[in-house]
Amino acid sequence: MTTTTDHHDHDHEHHGPAKGLTRWIYTTNHKDIGTLYLWFSFAMFFLGGLFAMVIRAELFQPGLQLIQPEFFNQMTTMHGLIMVFGAVMPAFVGLANWMIPMMIGAPDMALPRMNNLSFWILPFAFAMLTSTLFMTGGAPNFGWTFYAPLSTTYAPPSVTYFIFAIHLMGASSIMGAINVIATILNMRAPGMTWMKLPLFVWTWLITAFLLIAVMPVLAGVVTMMLMDIHFGTSFFNAAGGGSPVLFQHLFWFFGHPEVYIMILPAFGIVSAIIPTFARKKLFGYSSMVYATSSIALLSFIVWAHHMFTVGIPFAGELFFMAATMLIAVPTGVKVFNWVTTMFRGSLTFETPMLFSIAFVVLFSIGGFSGLMLAVAPADFQYHDTYFVVAHFHYVLVPGAIFSIMASVYYWLPKWSGRMYNETLGKTHFWLSFVGVNVTFFPQHFVGLAGMPRRIPDYSVQFADINMISSMGAFLFGASQLLFLFVVIHTIVAGKKAPAKPWEGAEGLEWEVASPAPYHTFTTPPKID
Amino acid sequence: MTEQQQPPRSHIKVVMVSIGTVIGMLLFVYYGLRPLYFLICEWTGITGSSFDQAEAQPFVVQEDRPIKVQFLALNNAAMSWQFHAVDSEVIAYPGEVVQVSYYARNASQRDMVGQAVPSLSPFEATGYFSKTECFCFNQQPLAAGEDAELGLVFQIDPDLPDWVKTISLTYTLFDVTGEMEVSLLD
Amino acid sequence: MPTKLFRRGMLLFATLLATLAQADLKLNMTRGVTDISNEVYGLHMLIFWVCVVIGIIVFGVMGYSIVMHRKSRGAVADNFHESVKVELLWTILPAIVVIAIGYRAFFTLEKMYDFDDSDMTVEIVGYQWKWRYSYLGGDAAERVTYFSSLATPRDQINGLTTKGENYLLEVDEPLVLPIGMKIRFVISSADVIHSWWVPQLAVKKDAIPGIVNESWTHINEPGTYRGQCTELCGKDHGFMPIVVEALPQAEFDTWLAAKKVETRKLAELTQKDWTYDELMELGESAYVKNCAACHQVDGSGIAGVFPALKNSVIALGPVEDHIDIVVNGSRNNAAMAAYGAQLSEVDMAAIITYERNAWGNDTGDVVTPVDILNYNAGQ
Repeated sequence: MTTTTDHHDHDHEHHGPAKGLTRWIYTTNHKDIGTLYLWFSFAMFFLGGLFAMVIRAELFQPGLQLIQPEFFNQMTTMHGLIMVFGAVMPAFVGLANWMIPMMIGAPDMALPRMNNLSFWILPFAFAMLTSTLFMTGGAPNFGWTFYAPLSTTYAPPSVTYFIFAIHLMGASSIMGAINVIATILNMRAPGMTWMKLPLFVWTWLITAFLLIAVMPVLAGVVTMMLMDIHFGTSFFNAAGGGSPVLFQHLFWFFGHPEVYIMILPAFGIVSAIIPTFARKKLFGYSSMVYATSSIALLSFIVWAHHMFTVGIPFAGELFFMAATMLIAVPTGVKVFNWVTTMFRGSLTFETPMLFSIAFVVLFSIGGFSGLMLAVAPADFQYHDTYFVVAHFHYVLVPGAIFSIMASVYYWLPKWSGRMYNETLGKTHFWLSFVGVNVTFFPQHFVGLAGMPRRIPDYSVQFADINMISSMGAFLFGASQLLFLFVVIHTIVAGKKAPAKPWEGAEGLEWEVASPAPYHTFTTPPKID
Repeated sequence: MTEQQQPPRSHIKVVMVSIGTVIGMLLFVYYGLRPLYFLICEWTGITGSSFDQAEAQPFVVQEDRPIKVQFLALNNAAMSWQFHAVDSEVIAYPGEVVQVSYYARNASQRDMVGQAVPSLSPFEATGYFSKTECFCFNQQPLAAGEDAELGLVFQIDPDLPDWVKTISLTYTLFDVTGEMEVSLLD
Repeated sequence: MPTKLFRRGMLLFATLLATLAQADLKLNMTRGVTDISNEVYGLHMLIFWVCVVIGIIVFGVMGYSIVMHRKSRGAVADNFHESVKVELLWTILPAIVVIAIGYRAFFTLEKMYDFDDSDMTVEIVGYQWKWRYSYLGGDAAERVTYFSSLATPRDQINGLTTKGENYLLEVDEPLVLPIGMKIRFVISSADVIHSWWVPQLAVKKDAIPGIVNESWTHINEPGTYRGQCTELCGKDHGFMPIVVEALPQAEFDTWLAAKKVETRKLAELTQKDWTYDELMELGESAYVKNCAACHQVDGSGIAGVFPALKNSVIALGPVEDHIDIVVNGSRNNAAMAAYGAQLSEVDMAAIITYERNAWGNDTGDVVTPVDILNYNAGQ
């Protein structure tokens, strides 16, 4: 065919999506798979959130009222695993699937069948992981960081299923990452040069490289655990010449880049939304790209800041402190760039913008506590206390999760062809904003005052703050039901949305109709 | 759309080569990794503090530099033997060859095998503390009721950094009855 | 914006803040009672204020934009979108700040790593779920070694009685240390990874099985200092606190001498003639302290995880097998530790006697400390 504009897209379509349930099982369409990932992640968010409610209910008052310590440890472990691997990561992959092809003018992902497999592994893996709650000995109870030998010699029988589930999730992530890289490298429309790529595409490209680099390390670690538990090896068992500290090095070599994997796509989302609602180009585009790349590179050499109290030699401790403090610099650069984008713009405050502004402020607060944690001598007082819990929840909840919510409000019109109700959206925002701060801000204090992590009961001087934190958590949890309602209501009964509902929006995705046609850019668009 | 065709020859070749590569990798992991690991350790000199039983070097003893060496004995919670250092603290001089011992007794009613795992602090001293005779990593079988005196001969390298004045050596005793008979010193 | 909702939200937030302000709250890290803890506090406050200043600047600019650059105010978007100068400026300035803080932190860290030249050494070993302290040096036969376990009664934890002032932060036997001396700690674990932390000393070190870690402290003021285990170590991770009793030198010496006498006395107790009632009484309290965490106070265990002792094969079967499993631990399950290395013969005899006669087990068997000694000697 000789035509090159997208007006003729529908001429080339012989069919829309298949009918019935099998559509979702066999689909190789990036939009369908994106939708599957996003709904799956939403369900996991509620499941992980349910566990958090159980945790905060027990911690509402000192004493053991509702559950026993063994079960509490299962709740904290499962909450972490499900949120990290089931809610945050799949949500970002879902967004990548939906948006990257459209943003670069490609018809689909590079490897559509592998894309389907990458998704369908997940419900199976998580069904298996969740089923461990009902097994003898209970679910994994050794923390989402599963240090040996608590997770090897002293683990419940369900640890084997845990290992299997991790392998599956890892395989899913690696395949997804390969797909993202192959797509971005090979399928950009002519004229879509590197420095024209939307920042969401850049951040996902870098995230994909991080995933490929570190998920195999995680797979290696859990395989070594499996060998130790079942096949008599001693990787992490001191009795046979191994070392529990080796476990920590290997785990955190994965674990630190993992947390950047969970935040870089968020940076990309916020870099798309703020310029739209400021009606002003993103400030410092190339700087943002370099900053993101520096963060990714630096993320490989800071892992032992999770191990400051393990007894690593002085020289090592010093190096990791220095490298960790350094990583604050490019992160700061990004924050300054977002604020400068807003400065002297023409701002409106629709729900996506509210979430994005809250992201910048609250993620920065999480970054500040991270900088404090980086100071190794001080970390001896912070490590394994609620100060750390406050830090990572600030960067993950009003950080990653808020960016995901922002992206849902921002792109839902494109996905569903309908507008969400702005009043309800703003209500969801304010309830979540208050909830998240009331839950996690006080945790800084109770951590400084000496409350350790992962305890089901605490001494009485921590009681008032824990009660406040729990109330915030219940508020935050309940507010997400409103979010669910908003999403469903939009899809079912929202007002019809135009192709470009946001005045200041830029990007190829806004040039196709809302809802986006099943196949878009089957012929590449012309980029100027 | 089109009728089923034979996969092109080049595809079959790719498949065979891939399978062959995977099998080769697995064989390498099973047979080749261990010798390779020891080779690399030797080549780079990263041998760890307890791996090699060193030989006593003819150092000049530094008589003006007393180093306090503490010997600690610890039982893993699942290990019931009596285990303690006969000499819990000695003053050693860099260059001097010193002999100390530990005492272990299997007070149970069954034959057992124990394994003592050493750990040294501070880390910066590990390269300068050589054990020329040591019961670490050797599996120690003791019959029911049997006891043993376990000897340790060590020598501190005179190049030990100036600021090190105390060295602590801990042995943690584990129960390895019934586990594979593998010596980690070969 | 729905201002009514916004106002209500703000009101709620303000109420919570007010509650926060009025409640009796410790909001900051402790200064502590050592030079190191004070240095650490200083570093903490330094980095905190640096963050506050940066936050005020950044959020201030943002807040200004939010108010002044709204479209509803008629603001028209400018079109600047890059500046190499500015990017360099806000890369280099923060880097300098960060390096300055790192420089100051270096010196404190160096001091924290200086374990040597101490006046005494204490060995700290983490167990599931208690600590063992041992004062090293001196005559091995007189070495003072003891376990330190949570002393808060279960009734308080289960809400049946009011919680005490030091709820969950009290132990039966604290670690007693002298002030004004450099004390070195050697730290390890007998099972899983634990971590020993006392905030007021600013000492935190992981206790790792198979590995010895070092730390040190020099306490300036006498007093009682409380801490907790800070590494997830199983179900009672939250129930293995640390209490340090810091005494003036002379009082410490007196205490240590008395403890050494106690150690010798225990040897004598082992040889005494115990009655059934004495063993049962001691056995019950020793059982509750050492065994009930897993096997439960009523001996019913937890199905699938910890075996019941009530009506069990072990408690009703041959005495030798019962002694074997308590002294040597379980061959099949690492969670049942070898208590021969942890408990005195007196305690073990009492516990086994209790287990064989409580909860309707009623074997009538009596196991004395001498029985345990003889068992250990192989007769």
